[in-house]
Formats: sequence, C-alpha cells, structure tokens
Amino acid sequence: MVHKGETVGIVGESGCGKSVTALSVLRLIPDPGKIVGGHIFFKDREVTRMSAEELREFRGNDVAMIFQDPMTSLNPVLRIGFQIKEAMVAHERFDNNAAEERVVPMLKKVRIPAPKDRAKNYPHQFSGGMRQRAMIAMGLSNEPGLLIADEPTTALDVTVQAQIIELLRDLNREMGTAVVLITHNLAVVASLCTRVIVMYAGRIVEQGPTRQIFYNPQHPYTWSLLQSIPRIDSTQHDKLLTISGLPPDLSNPPPGCLFHPRCRFRVDRCSKQEPPLEEVGPGQDARCWVLMKNALAGAESTS
Amino acid sequence: MSAEGAQVSQAPAYEMALVRVEDVVKHFPIGAGLFGGQVVRAVDGVSFEVRSGETLGLVGESGCGKSTLGRVIAQLQPATSGHVFFKDTDLVSLHGEKLRRMRQQMQMIFQDPYASLNPRMTVGDIIGEPLQNFGISRGKEREKRIHEVMRICGLNPNFIRRYPHEFSGGQRQRIGIARALVLNPTFIVADEPISALDVSIQAQIVNLLEDLQDRFKLTYLFIAHDLSVVRHLSDRVAVMYLGKIVEVADSKEIYLNPLHPYTKALLSSIPIPDPDLEAKREPILLKGEIPSPVNPPTGCRFHTRCPIAQFPKCSEEEPALEDKTPGHRAACHFAGQL
Repeated sequence: MVHKGETVGIVGESGCGKSVTALSVLRLIPDPGKIVGGHIFFKDREVTRMSAEELREFRGNDVAMIFQDPMTSLNPVLRIGFQIKEAMVAHERFDNNAAEERVVPMLKKVRIPAPKDRAKNYPHQFSGGMRQRAMIAMGLSNEPGLLIADEPTTALDVTVQAQIIELLRDLNREMGTAVVLITHNLAVVASLCTRVIVMYAGRIVEQGPTRQIFYNPQHPYTWSLLQSIPRIDSTQHDKLLTISGLPPDLSNPPPGCLFHPRCRFRVDRCSKQEPPLEEVGPGQDARCWVLMKNALAGAESTS
Repeated sequence: MSAEGAQVSQAPAYEMALVRVEDVVKHFPIGAGLFGGQVVRAVDGVSFEVRSGETLGLVGESGCGKSTLGRVIAQLQPATSGHVFFKDTDLVSLHGEKLRRMRQQMQMIFQDPYASLNPRMTVGDIIGEPLQNFGISRGKEREKRIHEVMRICGLNPNFIRRYPHEFSGGQRQRIGIARALVLNPTFIVADEPISALDVSIQAQIVNLLEDLQDRFKLTYLFIAHDLSVVRHLSDRVAVMYLGKIVEVADSKEIYLNPLHPYTKALLSSIPIPDPDLEAKREPILLKGEIPSPVNPPTGCRFHTRCPIAQFPKCSEEEPALEDKTPGHRAACHFAGQL
C-alpha cells in the first residue's frame, strides 16, 4: 500500500522481484509473464480488472514510471521537447498548444538549465543526469498521483545521484506526487523514503517506517543486509558481516522460509513451513518465525 | 654525519614505495582529421606512489581516467609519456622478455566477472593459464597449485573442470581473483572488482580481498567509484578528477578532513544508510556533470563546477598537487576553504 504523497522504497537484490512488482502495478509484465493472483487497487479502482482502454488512461495519467537507463526510454531521433509534449497530448489532458506551453516550465521544474534551448536538443546532446531529469519531467507532465522510479540513479555518478535524489525529494514536496523508489541501495532509501519494503526471492520479507527498518529490523535478511554494507561515516574498521550462499533459484525454491538456507538464526521450523507476514511493531511487519529481537536476546543470554 | 642521519630518517618513505608513478600521461586520439584529430586526455600528468603492503584506493566518477590509469600502471596499455617504476625498475622502458618477467609480479582483477573469463575454457584452464604462459610447473604439480588457489579463494576444487557459466557472479569473481593470485604476485590492480556484484555478495569478496592481503602481504591498487567500500579497504586514498589527481591522503584523514572542494562534495554526496543522520545532512550539490576530457577546462579543471572558485585565478592558473599538511596532498588554490 502506498499512501497519497508518500515516498516508499522497495529494496532487494537483483532478481528478488522488485521491478516485476512495479511493472505489475502498471500491468506491463512482458509475455509470457502473467499476474496469476492477487489484486492491485489505485484509488479504489482495480487495476487488475481494467480494460485496455482504461489501462491506457491509467498509465501515465495516474501513475508514471521512470527507468534505470534513460537513454533506452527516450527516442533518439526526436527532440526532447517534442517527446515531453507527446506524452501530454497522448493522454488528452492538454491540447497541443497547452502541452507545448508546458514543456519549458516542466524542464525548468526538473532544474534543467536554459530549458528553452534544451527543449530543442536531441537525447544524445543530454548527459546521463539530464536525460534522467527529462524522463522525470515527462513522467510528471500529466501530474500523476504516483511516480514509480526503478533504479533511477544506478547508472549515474554519485554527485549526479545526489542531484536526482534532491530533485525527487523537492518534487514530492512541491507537487505532492507519491514516489515509489525501487533500488538495491539502502543508503538512498534512508535518504529519501519514509517507508521501506524489503523484498527477497519474490516475497515481501519486511516492511515498515524507515526509522524502524533501519534501527530495529526484525527480519534476519534486513538485519544482515544492513550489517554487510560498509559505511562512509564508520570510524573503526570492523570486518563486514557476510550473508553466505546465494539467493535461491526461483524455479526451484527451497521449502519453508525462502531465506532459511542463508539465515544464521534459523530454527527447525524454518525449513518446513513458510512464515506469514505478521505485525511485529507499529506499522512494521516481518515474515519470520524467529525475529531479530528474539535472536539477539538469545545470543546475549548464551554469551 | 647529522645530515646523513636526517637523510636516513627520510629514506624509508621513499624506499617503501613499491610502485611509483611519475607524470604519467595517456591520450587517446579520436578521429583522424587532415590536421590531426583531437585527443581524449584520459590521464593527464599523474604522479603518486603505492607503498609496499598498503591498499591505495583510487576513486573518481566515471570518465575521470581511473581505469585507464590502472591499465597503464599494470602495463596493459602503453603510457603516452611518463614513467611507472616497479621496485625502482622503469616499466615503460622495458620491452619483450624483461617486461614479461616483471608482469609476473603484478596482476589485475577486472570489474566484469562475465566478460573477463573465456567462456570456452574450464575454470582450471583459466586459473592455470598464467602458469602455462610463464612455463611454471606442469601436469600434477600445476593441478596441485590450481587446487590450492581455488581453495584459498573459497572455490571448491572439485569444480576445476566446470565452465564459467556454471558459476554465480560472486564465484566468477573468485575465479578472477584466483587467476590473479596463481603466480604469487606482490602487486594487484583491482579495477572495480565488486561493483557488478549483488549487495549481499559484495561483502564476501571484500573480506576475501582483505584476507588475501594479510596472508600473502599483497599490495593493492583498488580502483572504485564506491567511496564507502574504498574507505573500508584502503590505507590511503587518491581522488581523481578529469585525468588529474586532486587529493591524496591517509584514508581516515581524507574522510574526516577533505581539503579539495571536489573531494568534499563527493563525500557529502554519498548517502549513509542511517535515516536520522541523512535527515541532518546537507549534501554539497555540484553544478552539472564532469566536462569532456577532449577539451578540459583551463586552469583548475574543477573550476566550472566548484562552489568556491575565484576568478580569474582558478580559470587561469592550474594548481599543483602539493603537501598541505604532512602526507596530505591537494591540488587547489583555496584548499580547505569549503
């Protein structure tokens, strides 16, 4: 669930299903993939039951999406300004003239310098960071309620990443657009999001308010992930904690909890029965039989 | 006598240098116009040393020339000009058999564990290839050595006849590391060895690299754009911007007290996985992106994006990389003022 104007981070490793989840929201799953169960609602309308016509209306108007590599999402032979205008005209929200007039302000909104001249440029004349800004301008041009950003900064340098994060934060505040940020970078989530969803092997293993997830994670996967990343502000040199093994092969998943083969806190039950996603704190849910509060208490009492 | 004594006390720093890079330049010509094409100034006059037994982190954004510099140091590409000394032998002046013999002592680990392993060779052949190239050991003895490095790198020796596609990304990087290790080198250039790996696998490789260094007294040049990992692994850090080194210092010093405005902005751009700290932090946002190395800015190359640049000094005079405090070098007219 994403609330109005919220910033939610979906984190997980490659292949954990975070992008597929986001694509499902827009019903963009490529063949032969299929949504085989479950429902997706947007403002009380069921996306999973929309007709092709309704879907067209819904995509772009209500929900926009930006991707990791902006170059592959832009048409190389059309001017940036034209492509942004096209996105608006296609949804019939603005007529040709109104759309034309909105292009430069949109580019300005995403902090592209000299937007009037830049609107006439082709994608190859833009740097990586500017292309991503242009994509964000295009996505927001129809004033959607939700922007899904799938690894929007992964292909960018850190100084440019900082600019884009700042931009998303500002736009979220200015326009009230809810943002779902899909990333493998926990630090980016800490910086931008108010709520976090942690995915592993196609399942949500933990979700909750950002502070709780970072300071009081209950799922061993979340906990291990946080312990395994070096921090720029650490003052002492500790060995990094490692998560042994690999994420499971999803065509042949392990029985029970999908994380149990790599979990250092597993008990017998973990390999037999998959735990449900249950409330573990205010607004925080985790999918684990053990939970970190018990695991760490146990470790303390034995040592 | 006292003068001599003073010299002796200074000597170790110099002697400790395993690799010394002096004014290395690497230009790539692009296009071939009638009057000569343009050149990409990938590395444009760089000097530093890598001390024996240390890890020197080389960081910078994409296109800053860090990988090219790594390849020039490892002699995979010839320098346009300048010198690379390895244990006081100038590698740039060596050719043929003499250079080949020196290469035995310096190996490279690459970023992409998919592209850097030949898919048609078995793991045993890949790891054993350097032994074959240098005519070291054969038959049973060679296989024993391959088994040994596989075990050291956390690979199951029973997999010696498998092919790279049968391994995961992390395991493939272990194969790349085993290949670099098989000749018992003293110096390893690691070019972004973990950036292609998943978050939960990165820590495994970082720890492996640390263990190997302790065990075999290795010296690393660790090239990366991820400053958090560089901080974790490195004793000293060199920061590159557009073909130049702008700052070099001890790892702790550079993170606590960066003197160059670029280093400072770079460090402040890196998010910390801690929501409360993040809420308090104000990153120094740089304008624009890294300019083209074909036509770098005049004077200080950073002046077009620098928040404290003063004109015309910064756009006309190129600052030298010099000691600002002992052991802490920076190339900035206004070092420490941001």
